[in-house]
Amino acid sequence: MTLNSNAPTGPIETRWSRHRFDLKLVNPSNRRKYTVVVVGSGLAGGAAAATLGELGYNVLCFCYQDSPRRAHSIAAQGGINAAKNYQNDGDSVYRLFYDTVKGGDFRARESNVHRLAELSVNIIDQCTAQGVPFAREYSGLLANRSFGGAQVARTFYARGQTGQQLLLGAYQSLCAQIDAGTVKMFPRTEMLDLIVVDEVARGIVVRDMVTGQISSHLADAVVLATGGYGNAFFLSTNAKGCNTTATWRAHRKGAKFANPCFTQIHPTCIPVSGDYQSKLTLMSESLRNDGRVWVPKDASDCSKDAVRIPEVERDYYLERLYPSFGNLVPRDIASRRAKDMCDQGKGVGPEVNGQRRGVYLDFSSAVERLGEPVVAERYGNLFEMYERITGENPYKVPMRIYPAVHYTMGGLWVDYNLMSTIKGLFVAGEANFSDHGANRLGASALMQGLADGYFVVPTTVADYLAKTGKNPIKDEHPEVKKTVKDVNERVTRLVSIKGERSPDSFHRELGQLMWDDCGMARTKAGLEHALRRIPALREEFHSNLKVVGDSDSMNQQLEKAGRVADFMELAELMCIDALHREESCGGHFRQEHQTEEGEAKRDDANFSYVAAWGFTGDASKPALEKEPLDFEYVHPTQRSYK
Amino acid sequence: MRTMNLVLHVWRQPAANKQGHFERYEVPDVSDHQSLLEMLDLLNERLVVQGKEPIAFDSDCREGICGTCGFVINGRPHGPQKATTTCQLHMRHFKDGDELTLEPWRAKAFPVIKDLVVDRSAFDRVIQAGGYISVRAGSAPEANNLPVPKERADLAMDAAACIGCGACVASCPNASAMLFTSAKVGHLNLLPQGEPEASDRVRNMVVQMEAESFGHCTNHLECEAACPKQISVEFIARMNRGFLGAAFRGRGPMLSRVGGK
Repeated sequence: MTLNSNAPTGPIETRWSRHRFDLKLVNPSNRRKYTVVVVGSGLAGGAAAATLGELGYNVLCFCYQDSPRRAHSIAAQGGINAAKNYQNDGDSVYRLFYDTVKGGDFRARESNVHRLAELSVNIIDQCTAQGVPFAREYSGLLANRSFGGAQVARTFYARGQTGQQLLLGAYQSLCAQIDAGTVKMFPRTEMLDLIVVDEVARGIVVRDMVTGQISSHLADAVVLATGGYGNAFFLSTNAKGCNTTATWRAHRKGAKFANPCFTQIHPTCIPVSGDYQSKLTLMSESLRNDGRVWVPKDASDCSKDAVRIPEVERDYYLERLYPSFGNLVPRDIASRRAKDMCDQGKGVGPEVNGQRRGVYLDFSSAVERLGEPVVAERYGNLFEMYERITGENPYKVPMRIYPAVHYTMGGLWVDYNLMSTIKGLFVAGEANFSDHGANRLGASALMQGLADGYFVVPTTVADYLAKTGKNPIKDEHPEVKKTVKDVNERVTRLVSIKGERSPDSFHRELGQLMWDDCGMARTKAGLEHALRRIPALREEFHSNLKVVGDSDSMNQQLEKAGRVADFMELAELMCIDALHREESCGGHFRQEHQTEEGEAKRDDANFSYVAAWGFTGDASKPALEKEPLDFEYVHPTQRSYK
Repeated sequence: MRTMNLVLHVWRQPAANKQGHFERYEVPDVSDHQSLLEMLDLLNERLVVQGKEPIAFDSDCREGICGTCGFVINGRPHGPQKATTTCQLHMRHFKDGDELTLEPWRAKAFPVIKDLVVDRSAFDRVIQAGGYISVRAGSAPEANNLPVPKERADLAMDAAACIGCGACVASCPNASAMLFTSAKVGHLNLLPQGEPEASDRVRNMVVQMEAESFGHCTNHLECEAACPKQISVEFIARMNRGFLGAAFRGRGPMLSRVGGK
């Protein structure tokens, strides 16, 4: 099979509108006859389920949380981009498109990115109408800020809780549809497999996390909006429950996984404080607007109190290396430079496993320039959060930050319609690979989730349903029964291994391995090491796992075990992809491929493609297929933020 | 870094329909940098090694925003630190030898599912009754066509900060959900976008709240003190005024929707 992106051609400004006209429609009176399963209730899933419900489809929406309002989109702090150009500072749809393609280091599909930029303006209208309390100016009009390396102020925000407010907007729309009876919600329900009949997605198999009951739900189309796989690293900024099971199970059923090695490390997180750490906390990137990043020039100063190190002894390394962008360089660069400093022995903070992993983010000059009240208004809640976790007051001593896994640009391969390589299986939001290339710009994840959920999926799913028509199957269909049986067996196997080690202990070991060998800087030797270790660890997992309790009631250990089992396979694919991609681009940095200044060195002649991996039955031997990338509008250049 | 030894008394209840009891656990070697949930992770890992069933508790983002976590710690929802969710509570606030009692939210409307895990779906149904602005995707006007005075938008944001954790209900002697409900009513009814449905919203949400067996508000104000987002009880007063007005302006029977759908 060759990958067909179904991306329209012709002038880029009109591709989406022409494409939309070419798509088939479902008559309003026929829509309720079609059932659409939506897995995940975050920005992409919640918005898609609500919108499909508004259109009149019969929607079944599933989430593992106790309420759809808790999906991890809620934790996004900084903001959402939109090309409104309210600031009259030269922004436009085309500029947002250009910045996103460039920021993604030329590994995204131009057609998709342009559509995203176009839809960004509709998203702001939609969310404002829903009552999302975006920040406003004294005129009553919407406020903006510049964010994450953008040279225009196009980011809309609701204090430091933009994700929360956008998610609640989507959740409330979803609630309206649940009340109207178009959407049936299944909270505390986890998808454990995809039902595929004759190469078409026909439903899912789920486990009720309260009763343990396993059941099938059939549909005319399935939408996965289950987020990213950053928890493969155990420690990340993702919520504890975030997992790859839905996407990985779909992959095993035939959906290709694209660019799994494209993971984003966020530069501003609170450093690890000890080996009991269960997750990492992000401090919004907006802090870099006013905070200055530095380390001591002299490694022997690293154990001193920061305030006792005089100005001349501080190395503001981002300002020194990148005079025009300074502290606002893109995430991948800021992260890697922090790692470099710590690897040179200039890290600060407590030693964990023999190294100080932290750099300072200092607000003293901002406090001097703007006064404490202004700094408090901008960042007060973030400073409180920091103090709550570390016990240190950022108004008095500089924050300590270190990069952490935050977002995964890779995901299930989708065409322009967001359909995977399994017919009838759509993938939206972070779960797909489509819009961010090798690196996502700040404030673009919320934009993509909502663009997919409110505007793209409802349109393209209709086209699929109209073309496919009704062809119902029953729960008694052999393939449905077989999938339910497989899931039952898998669950039973996990509780009956009765070994010695907990799911978390395996997960921590896998995560450490991934962080060391497939983290911020990767080498051939490191990746080969990981590829030797992972299958062995996976084997141990399946022979020495200990799950206490049974499978027919709430069992959080069992839930974890199932997720870790899938991470064990995905992690190997991430390393295989990272090893095969003999170049550096965006979040994927191979030590062997860098410029003399230590910047990522792309190889457009050989790697200007999407790597889509197919499952072959053996997790160690995936089959690679390539979707070539053409850049008609934004011509690949070496990114320069000097 | 200092370490401490703790004694926990944890509510264990295998399922909703089973008897529960307090179980005593000794937890040695807890770091003061750990969060309280990381301390429970540690205890659970030790229990698993011993082949004992670990303590079930809910948590997800572990950064104080998703609202998943929460139980009562020594009689206080989310524990002793002001404006802090359970997941953000760190062990540096405790000392060696402390005894902690951990129990689930206690409210008729929040039945226990297992150990410290409760069912808060009543909150979802209150929102479904009217906690939204009906706007179809694609039908929204240009965002800046309707300016909203900054003070008003800021006040709406104060209310919208609610994370739906349920601490307000757990802290209330009557298990009332007035703070939760009024926060959503306040958020949406303060904004011009929420105005067209304001009366129906407040009536339907209040009626649903009462149908969910939450108790009445008798002005103890414990809810505000327990709220990790410091939502003000002023929104309760605002909702009461709105509800009275809406009752007079009422369209159709108020109780018609209860028990339906």
